Amino acid sequence: MPTGERESARQSASSEQILAALEPEAASEAGPRKRLELRHISKSFGGVRVLKDVNLDLNSSEVLGLLGDNGAGKSTLIKIITGVHGADEGQILLDGKPITGLNVQRARQLGIETVFQERALADQLPLWRNIFIGRAESGPLGFLKVGAMRRTTADLMGESMGFTSTVLTPNTPVQGLSGGERQGLAIVRALHFHAEIVILDEPTMGLSLKETDKLIHFVESIRAAGKSAIFIDHNIFHVYSVSDRIVVLDRGRIAGQFATSRYSLNELMEIMREVASTGSYTEKERYRDVEGAPTKTEGER
Amino acid sequence: MSASAPAVSAPVPLSRRLRSFAVSWASQIGITVAFAALWLLFIFGAPSVFLSDRIYLSFAQTVPYFAIVALFLTMVIVAGDIDLSFIGEMPLCMVGFTFTWQATGSAELGFFAAIGVGILCGLFNGAVVTIIGIPSLVVTIGTQFLFSGLALVLLNGKSTPLVTTNSSFIYWLLVGKVGSIPIDFFWFLILAVVAWALLNRHRLGHNAYVIGDNKQAAQLMGVPIRRTRIMLFVLVGMASAITGMMNSLSLNNFFPGVGSGYLVYTLAAVFIGGTSVFGGRGSIYGTFLGAFMIGGLEAGIVAMGLTAYFVTPIQGAIILIAVSIHAILQQRLR
Repeated sequence: MPTGERESARQSASSEQILAALEPEAASEAGPRKRLELRHISKSFGGVRVLKDVNLDLNSSEVLGLLGDNGAGKSTLIKIITGVHGADEGQILLDGKPITGLNVQRARQLGIETVFQERALADQLPLWRNIFIGRAESGPLGFLKVGAMRRTTADLMGESMGFTSTVLTPNTPVQGLSGGERQGLAIVRALHFHAEIVILDEPTMGLSLKETDKLIHFVESIRAAGKSAIFIDHNIFHVYSVSDRIVVLDRGRIAGQFATSRYSLNELMEIMREVASTGSYTEKERYRDVEGAPTKTEGER
Repeated sequence: MSASAPAVSAPVPLSRRLRSFAVSWASQIGITVAFAALWLLFIFGAPSVFLSDRIYLSFAQTVPYFAIVALFLTMVIVAGDIDLSFIGEMPLCMVGFTFTWQATGSAELGFFAAIGVGILCGLFNGAVVTIIGIPSLVVTIGTQFLFSGLALVLLNGKSTPLVTTNSSFIYWLLVGKVGSIPIDFFWFLILAVVAWALLNRHRLGHNAYVIGDNKQAAQLMGVPIRRTRIMLFVLVGMASAITGMMNSLSLNNFFPGVGSGYLVYTLAAVFIGGTSVFGGRGSIYGTFLGAFMIGGLEAGIVAMGLTAYFVTPIQGAIILIAVSIHAILQQRLR
């Protein structure tokens, strides 16, 4: 079967290849530095307050895990950071400077990239158009540089995505790709444009074990390169294994922040259970200060 | 590991390259084969008619009347919208032409007035669709009535003779002849190239494809959805203005019902050409051939000796066959 051949040919893609694409720079030795700060962010949709006074920091070389039930406000928070929605109240600072007029284009210019998975791929369109959604390379009159975009796509396919199959070309529609390949495409799309902050929204959904491993490697490589990532997932195992710090959202508020170096997975799961039933985490004697967490968050507690 | 494994490791077997080509161009290949088959049928069925140039000169004049709008309607449908209001835009644009021409005596100014009205109609459609957020099917049914009704009111339902425009430059530009070939055919060719370039080689078309394929993706990736959709409606408005003028000037008479018979032909040209009603897929090439298929049927059927009663059912059958071929090709060649 041609499909079988294709599968095996493309299974040779390795995490090293994705790692190589990141051109890891030496992580800054000056210690963590605040990249992104959210200050008192609130957001309502039609009278429902989805986010209530959220304060959140993201440091360089840090992977931040974002956990929360359905409706906790995870995706709204992400959409505010990426400029899809505007916040009703509050401020976003990047490298200490407030960002005004944030929209998706501007967020991407600032180096905030999101891996939205297949939700953000256009199935019937060729790979090259998918890589360049929302930021086609074009001349002064708006005419596309199709040749350049196809070449870039072919290079990315060979080097970063590890698509060695000869069946896939930049002109292949995305609908022919496997789940892992789609994910590779979504990740490479985010990284090609020099992302400083990578947001991964439910990245393990629909992935095989092997593909999940690859993804975890990839997230670790972001940290190694001195960049930052926010990892959103419903699966606490995945979030725990990859994150430096875990933020638990509950009903639009931050219910707690936990450094994974100080909490075991079991402790965290207990806390999550408590948050889910009571809406907050009250076991004060076990709460320990989180490195790099803002004092405000501690004060609130 | 083989991090440097080149993408072109092994020579691609010809069969695979053929398959890859077939998958990429399935829709265009399908419509080309269907077009050739139909035309061969006509040539064998009525060689005296279909091997002479007179029938082609006739097509060159009549097909553009409904097909120019189809070119730009293709782009609207690719973006996941539809515009049924063009048959109302045509008379309203002609009102703009007529009033300006009567007031100033200049058909050239009338031309720009008609284009201006077309742009305004498109902006209105686009604004109601994107700002209020009503599906374009519903909006443009409404504006179709609105625009054509407005034209009737403004003209009091009367038609206007345009004979005295015949000496104007605009008359030659829109309905003149180059040699023996009607000039509107050249406009159709030029505008087909323009539409192709806008859809396939321009930011506008790039964004239109993404919006039609996956609106959520377009939103998440920062595609200017509203601006793109409005722009596409404006293009249809401008095409309607041009077609309305061509049609009226060629008849030397503007009657407020101009264009009303084109709705089904225009839509049929787009869908025969393989453009998906769900958006994200479509080609100007397909619409171009589709227009000649639907436009050539009447002459072909009558020339082959069937009565005119056969025209409509055969047109219906051709539309269904063409759309079925596209659907099957899509499912098989994933």
